[in-house]
Amino acid sequence: MIAQAIFIIILGAAIYLFAKNAGKIRRNILLGKDADRSDQPALRWKVMAKVALGQTKMVKRPVAAVMHFFIYVGFIIINLEVLEIMIDGIFGSHRIFSHPLGGLYNLLIGGFEVLALLVLTACVVFLCRRNVVRLKRFSGIEMTEWPKSDANYILIIEILLMTAFLTMNAADYKLQLLHFGHYVTAGSFPVSSVIAPLLPNGSGALVMLERGCWWFHIIGILAFLNYLPYSKHFHILLAFPNVYYSNLNEKGKFTNMASVTNEVKAMLDSSFVPENTGEPARFGVKDVTDLTWKNLMEAYTCTECGRCTSVCPANITGKLLSPRKIMMDTRDRLTEVGNNIDKHGKDHDDGKALLDNYITREELWACTTCNACVDACPVNINPLEIITEMRRYVVMEESQAPASLNNMFGNVENNGAPWKYSQADRLNWAQND
Amino acid sequence: MNLQIPTMAQMAAQDQQPEILFWVGCAGSFDERAQKITRDICKILDHVGISFAVLGTEESCTGDPAKRAGNEFLFQMMAMTNIAVLDGYNVKKIVTGCPHCFNTIKNEYPGLGGNYEVIHHSQLIQQLIDEGKLKAEGGESFKGKKITFHDPCYLGRGNGVYEAPRAALEILDAELVEMKRCKSNGLCCGAGGAQMFKEPEPGKKDINMERIGDVIEAKAEIVAAGCPFCMTMLTDGVKHQDKEQEIQVLDIAEITVRANGL
Repeated sequence: MIAQAIFIIILGAAIYLFAKNAGKIRRNILLGKDADRSDQPALRWKVMAKVALGQTKMVKRPVAAVMHFFIYVGFIIINLEVLEIMIDGIFGSHRIFSHPLGGLYNLLIGGFEVLALLVLTACVVFLCRRNVVRLKRFSGIEMTEWPKSDANYILIIEILLMTAFLTMNAADYKLQLLHFGHYVTAGSFPVSSVIAPLLPNGSGALVMLERGCWWFHIIGILAFLNYLPYSKHFHILLAFPNVYYSNLNEKGKFTNMASVTNEVKAMLDSSFVPENTGEPARFGVKDVTDLTWKNLMEAYTCTECGRCTSVCPANITGKLLSPRKIMMDTRDRLTEVGNNIDKHGKDHDDGKALLDNYITREELWACTTCNACVDACPVNINPLEIITEMRRYVVMEESQAPASLNNMFGNVENNGAPWKYSQADRLNWAQND
Repeated sequence: MNLQIPTMAQMAAQDQQPEILFWVGCAGSFDERAQKITRDICKILDHVGISFAVLGTEESCTGDPAKRAGNEFLFQMMAMTNIAVLDGYNVKKIVTGCPHCFNTIKNEYPGLGGNYEVIHHSQLIQQLIDEGKLKAEGGESFKGKKITFHDPCYLGRGNGVYEAPRAALEILDAELVEMKRCKSNGLCCGAGGAQMFKEPEPGKKDINMERIGDVIEAKAEIVAAGCPFCMTMLTDGVKHQDKEQEIQVLDIAEITVRANGL
């Protein structure tokens, strides 16, 4: 009874805390500007099924794809077992699904064990890739101590959880063989039966081990749940809505700014009366609150895998720009803005902004807008949109474009071409063959 | 060869409407190397008997470099002016040799009221090959030559056109090889996003040098381009590597013209 009460209290507290922190993330995302992504729901579901559920963009890197697939499937399917653990915890039962499910239960538990082993293996491989082989993709200026630790924590926690799960099963299996107490014969243990001989033989020690692992496993899961809002691992939740709300247009298509359209129309035609669209506070993006909610959702979805940066022509050739850093900076700044709201209330100005305090102009101007980063992202994040929106701010609000680009603007405006040629000479090519 | 290049104004004066407008673009109009490609596109149009016209002195920059650099005002000014000109001539279909013009007119003009069917010249060539109107005969032989195609970002990733330019090369008797970074994985030449008009930011090397490394690695004798900016960047890269004797940079329109002896 006491165990049940403790379990219910821990479970309730964990869910409450998670809901609170997830709610803050939701609030932060909604600080962004409107963007309509409600069109074509059928296509959106299809894209989500393919890209998020089916992980089709992961296959470009086969090793990572297979390992990630193990962890992903393991996570989803082993959660069925977590459901049983929850019910057992609340009602004080033991392996409550074993009776109604019968033979299927054996199959399921056996399957969970195989998956747990695969997850464990994948996590070890991932740890090695990060810490022993040191793949280049996992380094870079933005990969400071915290992002590196974050990645390692996630992998270590998953290894511990899977180890606890398998040890729990191994102890249970041994107790079943001893026909001890309420340990009914249920489940099949293809993996844990192998490690069972390593465990003590005394029933008392086995019960302690089984219970200890049971508690460690479930408290571990609840603690991990509450780690998510602080971690890049939040992608396991946001990947799905983020892909659902993907940009469905051709990647080459940039948004046309409606606020500019009104001004240009008024300029070209003096009789034009603009509709009152509610003028934006500023052109382009200076701080995270100038971005759309979708940009902000993407920042929380990014799991810092670095596929974007590894294909970025600017980054490859040693420039400062890293698309991953753009996303990480956006998230860090948004978290800061959110914390300011918590501490000082809405509309607090801390004198900082995404531009300059986080993302430098050198980074912005190094982009070739080639869309390689957008194409590479397994969850359809678009760092390029943030870069171009910030360029818009720098150019239209500050008139701070590099001098050579200002020359180009002048040529386009005056000669109708980016170079200093006369428009009257535009057909000269037809004469000289 | 003496080409007759009709302008929309001349045609309109004679109450004629061409089948297609050839949007030449700024590079195609002014850059010497790109001018050659412009003339070759005209030769192809002429060869297959498609009636076409250009805007000539009435054409302006689409506003692409301004937009990518963040100057939305200038972009929309250029766009609206161009749309007024195009609509004035009742233009319905456009072909262009520049993926940047292609992307901008196709994707960004509709939102400002300019609706046209826009194709890149590689798509036109593919279509003509499919219809049997264009072959690879009567001209230079590319037999056994190793050719690779460098995907322009705004044609490939930007608009998903990967096969059309390759179709123009597959018809040749050449050996089509792919670079390790190709199609959706293709590496930018370094000119996009208005980089063409500024110095690169500090780094280890220039992007076109990195790309030429891919060309050399693929052992290609010809690297085919489909964009005047890629053309400039790749040509500079080849020069810089002292590979002018080994590697030629040719636009797919030039290759088509050569293969057909036009």
